[in-house]
Amino acid sequence: MYKILTKEKLNPVVYRMCVEAPRLASSARPGQFLIVRTDEKGERIPLTISDYDVEKGTVTIVTQEIGASSRDICSLEAGEAFEDVVGPLGIPSDFVEKTAQELAGERFVFIAGGVGAAPVYPQAKWLHSLGVPVDVILGAKNSELLIYKDELAAVCDNLYVCTDDGSEGFKGLVTAMLENLVREQGKKYTRAVAIGPMIMMKFATRTAMSLSMPIVVSLNTLMVDGTGMCGACRVTVGGKTRFACVEGPEFDGSLVDFDEAMRRQGMYRAEEVEAHPHICKIGRGK
Amino acid sequence: MAAKIPRVPVREQDPQVRARNFEEVCLGYNAQEAMLEASRCLNCKNPRCVGACPVSVKIPQFIAQVASGDFDAAARIISEDSSLPSVCGRVCPQETQCEGSCILGIKGEPVAIGKLERFVADTSLAKGGVKVECAPANGHKVAVIGSGPAGLACAGDLAKMGYDVTIFEALHKPGGVLEYGIPEFRLPKEKIVAAEIASVKALGVKIEANVVAGRTVTVDSLLDSEGFSAVFIASGAGLPKFMGIPGENLNGVFSANEFLTRNNLMRAYDEEYLTPVYHGHKVVVVGGGNVAMDAARTALRLGAEVTVVYRRTENELPARKEEVHHAKEEGVVFAMLTNPVEILGTEKGWVNGIRCIRMELGEPDASGRRSPVPVEGSEFEIEADSVIMALGTSPNPMIARTTAGLATNRRGCIEADADGATSREGVFAGGDAVTGAATVILAMGAGRKAAAAIDRFLSEKDARSSRA
Repeated sequence: MYKILTKEKLNPVVYRMCVEAPRLASSARPGQFLIVRTDEKGERIPLTISDYDVEKGTVTIVTQEIGASSRDICSLEAGEAFEDVVGPLGIPSDFVEKTAQELAGERFVFIAGGVGAAPVYPQAKWLHSLGVPVDVILGAKNSELLIYKDELAAVCDNLYVCTDDGSEGFKGLVTAMLENLVREQGKKYTRAVAIGPMIMMKFATRTAMSLSMPIVVSLNTLMVDGTGMCGACRVTVGGKTRFACVEGPEFDGSLVDFDEAMRRQGMYRAEEVEAHPHICKIGRGK
Repeated sequence: MAAKIPRVPVREQDPQVRARNFEEVCLGYNAQEAMLEASRCLNCKNPRCVGACPVSVKIPQFIAQVASGDFDAAARIISEDSSLPSVCGRVCPQETQCEGSCILGIKGEPVAIGKLERFVADTSLAKGGVKVECAPANGHKVAVIGSGPAGLACAGDLAKMGYDVTIFEALHKPGGVLEYGIPEFRLPKEKIVAAEIASVKALGVKIEANVVAGRTVTVDSLLDSEGFSAVFIASGAGLPKFMGIPGENLNGVFSANEFLTRNNLMRAYDEEYLTPVYHGHKVVVVGGGNVAMDAARTALRLGAEVTVVYRRTENELPARKEEVHHAKEEGVVFAMLTNPVEILGTEKGWVNGIRCIRMELGEPDASGRRSPVPVEGSEFEIEADSVIMALGTSPNPMIARTTAGLATNRRGCIEADADGATSREGVFAGGDAVTGAATVILAMGAGRKAAAAIDRFLSEKDARSSRA
């Protein structure tokens, strides 16, 4: 069992939990993910790792209620425990292998949408600690749904907040903000990293490509085992089938077939709604 | 005299009934049936069956005990050589191993060795299993990666020799392919798999779930920072293969691994479990091995019409005869000499058919099998709303990639000698991780050999250091 030490509500549908998982905490790196199972009958749900503390032996996860299983995760309280937590899974972000010298001259811009803000945090923190310039564009539908504002502000040079309705920060999409920064404000970035809903990553990639900027995306595909066994996570990258769980989750955005990825992500949606008619639809998109 | 008794048929669930449930197909012998069947054994002086068994179970001896009604004695004899007899009695390809070399089989039907093993092991398991004495603790820690047949067999043997053994399992439940791959209707999970694992644990073996070797820990971290003196890699062959034909990423196309893992490990067929499984109405399974049969029969039980397509003929089907027979009885349709060329989909990206080409057998290839060649212009379509690819699996590269100096071959299998020794001192490997996808019993055999080799390696090391 993996004990939940703390739980906080970050917005009406998003919770943050700090979970005891010492082995995982000591081997986790930015860019990796984990899988949790609430109980014997639960699904294996992949979640990004938002932070890890080797000393305390804990990992931090951020979950949005979007279906029956994520609601079960969010219904657990501090003091309770997950049946299973396994990881770290996937390959760490490639910059993790590099030294400060090797990263000299790089200027990163992160594009974080919705709960994607949580996995951006350890990446920005890693780079910031090495002295690499990092800007973060943080987007949400409205002010109430924004998460990780203070956390991100502490680990980047500039934080740009955008909301669809203009209730906080720049009114508009993260892609418009990126264009604005580069075209209007003359910002120069050597690399973009986008993490958020698949549709946001698709358009962030399109924008980055129009700005001739390399972009990395982190794909949140369907998974069962997360270790390369099932192939539920397969995505087409550069015309080839890749397994997001063991070859990703990060890929060169310009090579990803997002339309296929979005279609595959929705494979069980009808099934899930059927099984649980009370599913909260927030975050589900259409 | 004994040979005149015909082979005692084993009771099975009615095909019509079982095609709609996940209960075990084969009901097994009762004591009377087992004793009668056991009386058929000729007790050969040179038992060919023993030589054909990858773990050399003393078959005539245990069968003699069954014939005399001493089932406990029979169980003790089997347990000397096999740590998973209830499993092996069910899933071993006896027809090509022990039973395949039974003298009675030359003119008639061989002794039902598998069904007898199953009866003995199940009877013993129901009474808590065979109590085995372990040698006193010798102070050495050995790590086993993977809790499938190879890992369990190796761990069990090492524990009996006095080693402190920890198995690291990547999934949340131990058992490997016994848990995620083989369906409930062939191998019951609670009654058999969990019970046999419990008897391995009763030897003192510790099992730590949710540890992914190559990610959570590495072979080197186990040796360098966790105090293990040797590591046995038994991580199996879990990576599914696809054909590389158009349409394979359509919604509704699955690897057999995914389909079976959702049903077996995650119990998707049971409404109380949350994991979903997409079950089509018309399912096409591509492949002809045991995994293809398992996928086909699972899809059938979820309510689909199922067709198995295979590019050679029924004679070449790699699946066990019994599995093919069971699948046919239950209503699975077999389309032989048929090879998919494209999976067809709707505008929205869901499968609605599969285009195949007829094949004919040509000249024998390197393996001696006549290789199938396409018949030009014979393409046709089969309607399907789900396609399951059961084309085999290969070892997961995660461990090899994170272990410096561990040699692998072209197919991604870890290189190991007959005893399981790899290119790294103190690191052993066996089972599907070395051979590529094979059988439960071969993996068990490899686990047992590696256990003996690990014991020799550590004993010699001890002897050297005491001399020094």
